[in-house]
Amino acid sequence: MRRFKVFKSLVIDSLDTITKGSKKYHIWMGFLTLGMLIGMYCYSIQLEEGLSVTGMSDRVSWGLYISNFTFLVGVAAAAVMLVMPTYILKDIDFKQAVLIGEGLAVAALLMCLAFVVADMGGPSVLWHMIPGIGVFNFPNSMLTWDVLVLNGYLFLNISIPFYILFRHYQGKKSKERVYVPAAILSVFWAVAIHLVTAFLYQGLQARPFWNNALLGPRFLASAFAAGPALIILVLAVIRTFTAFNIPDKTIKKIAMIVTVAAQINLIMLVSELFKEFYAPTHHSQSAYYLFFGLHGKNALLPWIWTAIPLNVLATIMLTFSKLRNNLRVLYVCCFMLFVAIWIEKGFGLIVPGFIPGPYGKIVEYLPTGIEIGVTLGIWAMGAFVFTILARVAIKIELGELRYKKKDTPVSN
Amino acid sequence: MSENKKWYNLNIDLGLGLNKSKETSGSCGCGKTSGGCNSDNTQNTQNTQPTQSTEISNEDFYEAAIDASIGDERHKDGFEQVFDVKMDRRTAFKKLTASLLIGAGAISSSCSSIAGEDTKEKAQIDWEEQFKGNYKLMSDKEKEGTVNRLMRSYELNTGKTISMTAENAEEDVLFGYAFNISKCQGYMDCVSACVEENNQDRNSEMQYIRIHEMKDGEGLKFDEADDNYYHEVPAEDHFYMGTQCFHCDNPPCVEVCPVQATWKEKDGLVVIDYDWCVGCRYCMAACPYDGRRFNWSKPEVPEAEVNKNQHYLGNRMRKKGVMEKCTFCVQRTRKGKNPACVEACPTGARIFGNLLDPKSTIRWVLENKKVFRLKEDLGTDPKFWYFMD
Repeated sequence: MRRFKVFKSLVIDSLDTITKGSKKYHIWMGFLTLGMLIGMYCYSIQLEEGLSVTGMSDRVSWGLYISNFTFLVGVAAAAVMLVMPTYILKDIDFKQAVLIGEGLAVAALLMCLAFVVADMGGPSVLWHMIPGIGVFNFPNSMLTWDVLVLNGYLFLNISIPFYILFRHYQGKKSKERVYVPAAILSVFWAVAIHLVTAFLYQGLQARPFWNNALLGPRFLASAFAAGPALIILVLAVIRTFTAFNIPDKTIKKIAMIVTVAAQINLIMLVSELFKEFYAPTHHSQSAYYLFFGLHGKNALLPWIWTAIPLNVLATIMLTFSKLRNNLRVLYVCCFMLFVAIWIEKGFGLIVPGFIPGPYGKIVEYLPTGIEIGVTLGIWAMGAFVFTILARVAIKIELGELRYKKKDTPVSN
Repeated sequence: MSENKKWYNLNIDLGLGLNKSKETSGSCGCGKTSGGCNSDNTQNTQNTQPTQSTEISNEDFYEAAIDASIGDERHKDGFEQVFDVKMDRRTAFKKLTASLLIGAGAISSSCSSIAGEDTKEKAQIDWEEQFKGNYKLMSDKEKEGTVNRLMRSYELNTGKTISMTAENAEEDVLFGYAFNISKCQGYMDCVSACVEENNQDRNSEMQYIRIHEMKDGEGLKFDEADDNYYHEVPAEDHFYMGTQCFHCDNPPCVEVCPVQATWKEKDGLVVIDYDWCVGCRYCMAACPYDGRRFNWSKPEVPEAEVNKNQHYLGNRMRKKGVMEKCTFCVQRTRKGKNPACVEACPTGARIFGNLLDPKSTIRWVLENKKVFRLKEDLGTDPKFWYFMD
């Protein structure tokens, strides 16, 4: 079969591409590998000793892992903000960025899965969750929905760019009737992954902090701000380090998306704060703990009071087109927004859900070194995967990587 | 009759709480045993419409029987007769697992010719335990098999024997609990009895029961209560209230489990298959009553203190990374005894019994006392009532 031959050649060429590069590239990859190794070492300790090496306890039973998981689902979902304009609205300005966005989604999803596995008490019996072999509590458990949508979205985000790149690799145009239906599906799917992840928390009557109808929509708004913000930063890096041409126009259009999403997110934040603090009930205790501390326990204050000003400031700056169109300022804003939402949708969401506990007991949570090590390792893994994907994709898109082009000398 | 009326209402409450499972698990909850209960002989309460499915399967069976006798022979020959067999997924996986086990057993016994018999047996047990199914879906024979393996494994590992059982829920039994706030003095004998009875991890001092010390005259202020006191009791101007797993009739923890490692038994006990749990702790987040505990590290109980009368769903030894919780001492209560906490309580504040038995003490309490439950607004329908003298 010819296709297999092409595929084999693609794999070989990709391996060639990702193992060769400038010194800076090698240092970057070496750095990430070191990060992953440290993460694996920390994880091996966790496997040996149990989850007691983390800061989690019976009172706060989810922590840094699930926080990062929640945030990264949003990052993955954000690829839709590039997919929709490119494939469905046919906006050619996004054409260059969309593959990068999808690559980012793949990396983010792999990180999500890694975080969930890292959080499991019994990773060796995870096969209990495989439908058919194990017992899959579908549709009752939202976690099973999450497993389905995350893996489905991962499949979509691998297959669409793979198809396009595979065609381009052979010097052919990709057929719209093949990938557009998949792209349309992935748009709905992206909304689904984040909504379902929100429902995971939203559906728990035991945790009033999560059990509110705004959680899902707010997840989407914050995701569509933080995700594209990260994409802008990544595009900025790619622009500087490769010959891949991303016009200012593309970045500015994505900036527009970030701005609108950040504004909506802020409106929802105000609505949430109003509800919690105008007529505080017993159910507002978690919000009180998060923003002001309760009974002298205030471990989250530095975090949330970093996040809120960053969020507000970045949103205001982005609102003014003069500031937004200045790329330097834009990058700073995107970074601020990314950090703010990472705190807010991670730590600021998961931990206060458990504090105070069901009977009002306040036990605080701080991640341990091992937990942080594993977390950094998983982030390094994500960056590693993304670098590989982006590097190959860019080479193909630039026309440097072509099937059977090896015979003719490549002009670089 | 008005007294009866009260009980009847509560009973209906229970029945209504069951509304999702009403069609499925029959009507045990409503107290009528005539129709519903004997239709429940399938072990899986999740699978719906037992009667309908038998009808369909009868027809299916008929067709299949005809097919099998003449139909297939016309079309199939050779390996098709072996491989092209109609089989549902569960049987298929059962057969696959069985063949896997045989293969693995063969490998482990043939490859380790130097190893002793015990090591081989241990390896074989570990292997079978690793790949066994969910207890909830096991037949009685499979249950017996795993219990025997676990007992043998304990013997091989420690040289001591334990007795483990796998009694199923009895018919016409629905366990309930009542707590007399006026009587409790905060002695915490229940807590120690529970820890000893249920083989809880001594290192992390895991406790299923929490006793909340509250100030007189301020009502039930849980957030200001102290659930970790070390002073002499009863403290002046204080009263005490115990919480544990309430074995809700509509348990949120059961809904959220991605692998059905936790479920409600027919006698109302909410139980966990420790070997099926993947340790995601979603149930912990879903429980509004702080009823669940997680083994953050390997649980340890000194050999001399191990309670050797065990039940698969109850106090058998746990491992790290799995959930556990109060089971109303299933190993005792299914043998007709009271839970350890009830037995240990020196003040008689704890009352346990069968809600379906009109002569039980628990029924008397529910009918004659002003009882209440915690967080009723959540719709969880706990089978744990509080009352005062």
